[in-house]
Parts: sequence; C-alpha cells; structure tokens
Amino acid sequence: MNAFDWFVLLGTMLGIAAYGAWRTRHTDTLNTYLRGHQSTGWGTIGISVMATQASAITFLSIPGQGFESGIGFVQNYFGLPLALIIVCAVFLPIYRRFGVYTAYEYLGRRFDTKTRLLGAGLFLLQRGLASGVTIYAPAIILSTVLGWRLDLTIICTGLLVIVYTVLGGSVAVSLTQKWQMGVIFGGMITAFVILIVKLPAGVGFGEAIGVAGAMGKLEAVDFSFDPNRRYTFWSGLLGGLFLSLSYFGTDQSQVQRYIGGAALREGRLGLMFNAVLKIPMQFFILLLGALVFVFYQFQPAPVFFNRAEWRHHVEGANGQAFGALEEKHAQLHQAKEAKVRDWLGARAGRDDVAEAAARAEMVAAQQAVEVVRKDAKAALVAADPRAKTKDSDYVFISFIMDFLPHGAIGLLVAVMFAAALGSKAGELNALGSTSTIDLWRQVRPLAAADEARNVRVAKWLTAMWGLFAIGFALFAGFAENLIEAINILGSIFYGVVLGIFLVAFFLKKVGGTAVFWGAIAAQLVVFGLYFSLSISYLWYNLIGCAACVAFSLVLQGLRGAPGENAA
Amino acid sequence: MNPEKQPPQDDESPGVPGFRTWRGVYLFVIGCFVAVVALLTLFTHLTA
Repeated sequence: MNAFDWFVLLGTMLGIAAYGAWRTRHTDTLNTYLRGHQSTGWGTIGISVMATQASAITFLSIPGQGFESGIGFVQNYFGLPLALIIVCAVFLPIYRRFGVYTAYEYLGRRFDTKTRLLGAGLFLLQRGLASGVTIYAPAIILSTVLGWRLDLTIICTGLLVIVYTVLGGSVAVSLTQKWQMGVIFGGMITAFVILIVKLPAGVGFGEAIGVAGAMGKLEAVDFSFDPNRRYTFWSGLLGGLFLSLSYFGTDQSQVQRYIGGAALREGRLGLMFNAVLKIPMQFFILLLGALVFVFYQFQPAPVFFNRAEWRHHVEGANGQAFGALEEKHAQLHQAKEAKVRDWLGARAGRDDVAEAAARAEMVAAQQAVEVVRKDAKAALVAADPRAKTKDSDYVFISFIMDFLPHGAIGLLVAVMFAAALGSKAGELNALGSTSTIDLWRQVRPLAAADEARNVRVAKWLTAMWGLFAIGFALFAGFAENLIEAINILGSIFYGVVLGIFLVAFFLKKVGGTAVFWGAIAAQLVVFGLYFSLSISYLWYNLIGCAACVAFSLVLQGLRGAPGENAA
Repeated sequence: MNPEKQPPQDDESPGVPGFRTWRGVYLFVIGCFVAVVALLTLFTHLTA
C-alpha cells in the first residue's frame, strides 16, 4: 500500500466514523439511543440490516469460496426470503405492538422474568463471545497479508467502532452503516470491473464465464437429495429458513435494526429490501470469486495463498521439499494455461468433438494442479500439525494486493474494514441494549424511569462490551480452538431460542415455566446430539427449535393448567 | 394498559405503488425468489 492507498483507507474509515459521531453526539433520549430516530426510513433500515449481517469475513471468505468450490454456496441463502416474510408478518408487528426495546423484553411480557433472562442470557453469551471473533477473524487475515501488527489492527478497529457506537447508539450505527455500505458496493464493483479489464487479450467476460463453467465453478443450483452434498437447494431452503428465522427474528443485533422507524411499514419494507437483494448480492460476490479463479488461469498463482505461512516453511528446515512443491505447481499451472487456451480455441472453432477433447484435457490439468495443492497442504501439516491449511480466505485479498492499481487497493481494504465496523457496531449496540434493558433494569427496577441514567448506563455497557471484544480478540490467537467452539456454540443455541419465540407467538396456552424447562431440555438434547452425531450445523436449528416446541407442549400438558402468564 | 389491546397495525397499507396489501408485497417477493432460482438454474445449465 502506498500513500494514496492510505489516504483512501483512512479518509473513508475515519471520515465515516467522525461524521457518525459528530452528527449523533446529542442523542440523549433512551428511545432514540436504542431504536434510532422516529423518522428513520425503510431504505436506512434495509441497508442497516444488510450491513449488520455482512461482516468483513463475508467479503474475504465468500470470493474465496467461489474460487475454491464454485458458486453453489449461494443456495445457503435460499431460506432467507421466506424467513424474512415470516418475520415481517408475525415477529415485527408483535414487537412493535408491545413497544419493546429488545426481543427478550417481549419474552418477559409474554411469559415471565426467568424466560426473558434465559433468552437474553443465551444471546449475551453467544454474541458476547462471538464479538471478539468478529474483530479477530478479519484482523488476522489483513495483518498477515498487509504485514501490519495484529494487536494494533485489533485495537484501532475496536476503538474506532466503540467511539461512534457509544456516542450515538442506534442512530450512529445506521447512519455510518449507510456510508459503509456505499464504500462496500463501490469497492466490490470496482474490483469486478478491474478484474474483467485485466483478463488477457482474447478473453472477455463471455469466455471467462465459459472457462469457469467448464471447470465446474458455476453450478449454482443442485436439486439432488443426496445428503452427502454440501450445498443443495433443499438444505439451503429448509436449513437456511430456520437459520435465517432465528437470526433475523430473535437475534437482538438484527431486531434492533428494524423495530425503529416511524411506522411498521418502514421495518417491513427494509426487510423486504433484503429479501429481494440478498441472493443476487451473494451470487455477485461468489461470481467474483469464480472469475478470480479464471483470472489466475492466465497468471502465475501461488501454490498456497497464505504466502506468509508458506514462506515461513520455505525458509525453514524442510525448505527444499517446499521449494520442490512450489516448482512442480508452477510447471503444472503453466501447462494448464496452455490447455485452457486450447479449449477456448476449440470452443471458438465450434467443433464439438475437439471442444470435448480439449475440455477433458483442461479439467485433467486442473485436477493435477489440485493434487499438488493438496500435497502442499499435507506438507504444511506434516511440518506443523497446528498449521492452518485453509487458504481460500487469502485468495481475494491476494488478488487485490497483487493486481489492483493504487487507490483501488486502499478502497478494497476500506471495504473489508467498513464491513468489519458495520457488523461490529450493530453487535455492540445490541449487546449494550440487552445488558441495560434485560439485565441492569432487573437489578435496578426503580431506575427505569430515570431516562438520562438509562442512556448513561447503556453507553457504559456498550463501551464495556467493546473493550471486552478487543480484549478477547487480543488473546484469541492463543486459543484457536476456543474460536471454533464459539462458532459452533452460536449455531447450536439458535434453534432453541427460535423455539421459545415460536411458542410465544403461536402457542398461547403454553406458559413461562413449561417453555423455560422445555428450552433447557431441548438445549441438552442438542448438546447430546452434537457430541454423538456428525451432521451439518444447519440441522441443529431445526432440531433445537422442534425439540423446544415439543417439550414445551408436553410439559404444559403435564402441568394441566393453561400458561400462568400467557398474554 | 395491555399493549395487545391496541388496534392491530397489520392492516397498514404498504404505501408502495402497485400494492394495496402486504399480502401482495409478500407474493411479489416470493415471485422474485422463484424467478431468481429459475434464472440461477438456467445459468447452471447454460454454463455447464
């Protein structure tokens, strides 16, 4: 990165943060601090919902996913539009009718305090721990590639987001997210255009799509029922529906984004905006990754995209073996480029027989390269059993650093930071709100009427969660297994929380005690299954939800009387 | 005051040109989803 890149990066990131903090510095009513301005329109809500979901990892990992496995991952989002329609039709009107600040406050009104605390506690545990990972995960990739100090990257990103989120609350979050999404869209479109322009002479967009398709990278939809297939239409529709319903309907970091606004209409249209745009947006990001794959067919590519890790081993004791793998990969990669050009020639000649033969040779050449890449990963593990062999997260950032002009590099790095700040801000805002409304107010019920004090407490608690996230991220490097555990923890809690909300909305005869113990039992079942089965985490959303609903019904049936606090 | 006793807001007009009810908006979104899946399926077949 040169001075111009730094100017673009710091100008956009500091400019947006400073603007957000300055514009919202006088936010002093609790309602505005937690729910945003009454005048917030559907466009702002829609962008805020999108920005909260799209973290930096979305823009680092998803192009890498397109590069490595193709665009089939898009199917994971197929349940999202249907889930958002359910949230619009059922969840949102109830939240607004009750006038709640948090989703868990509704559980308190519908059931009792213990169920409210269970919902809030599960959210704080899962989201609070994950908040450190949201900073750590992109910071480790960006600091590795850019050569920055990891601790400084984490501290600077964390402090920047704390300043404007604490000062302006929900208003600052949605205001800055709007500008951050502008940077993200601008940057991703710039990368796409430059990628197409930089393809070699004679290879246009149509040819690039042809190569990606022939290499099996453009299989977007798979209707098969094979459970061994990672992404299919059915797993995406069903698993994705439950995951999205849990995330958008019960996770405070999302609920807080859409419960504000002048009327119910604004939240609903904001969610529908996401229901229509999310799949095309994910398709675009994955396609970008597939086109980066095509781009590298005509450029020398590294055998392992996490170059810092690879270099460390090349310069180590087994350097010769790693060097030999590197050389073999370079030769095979060059041979493959010739095969790709042969295939493009055969395709242009419209000779079906020649085209089929050239395609088979091209695919075989690609498979030979994949074998060397696998050998390289095996060599890394042999040299260091703790080595990280997943290099797809480094593909897009490597492309940016190696092939984009100065200025565009700064813009694309700004995209990653904008996404990190946007999702982090939504998360901190929700953690601060839930701690204030669902926990602090329980301890200090008499202080609930003192609005200024509530705002002060919400600000302190938001700052505390921010500092906790920074602290956790700084120590996360020492406990990589913990990060994985936290990610798993999140996915196995979501289903049960959704179950509690579905009982609240649809089973009016079930009361607080039945749903509380039903949820605890369901969570134990999910933990038990997790340790005894090996199934995709998407299914735990469905199992946890179904178990919670079933146990609640059974327990209420055993108790006999209708729900004691049912509204 | 019991908040559930307040008048329901579900009947609010979406205020979107061409749509008189929320049901219409939801059907439009489902239609968009079906169209996107159909286009992606077509894309898969054309590029295979």
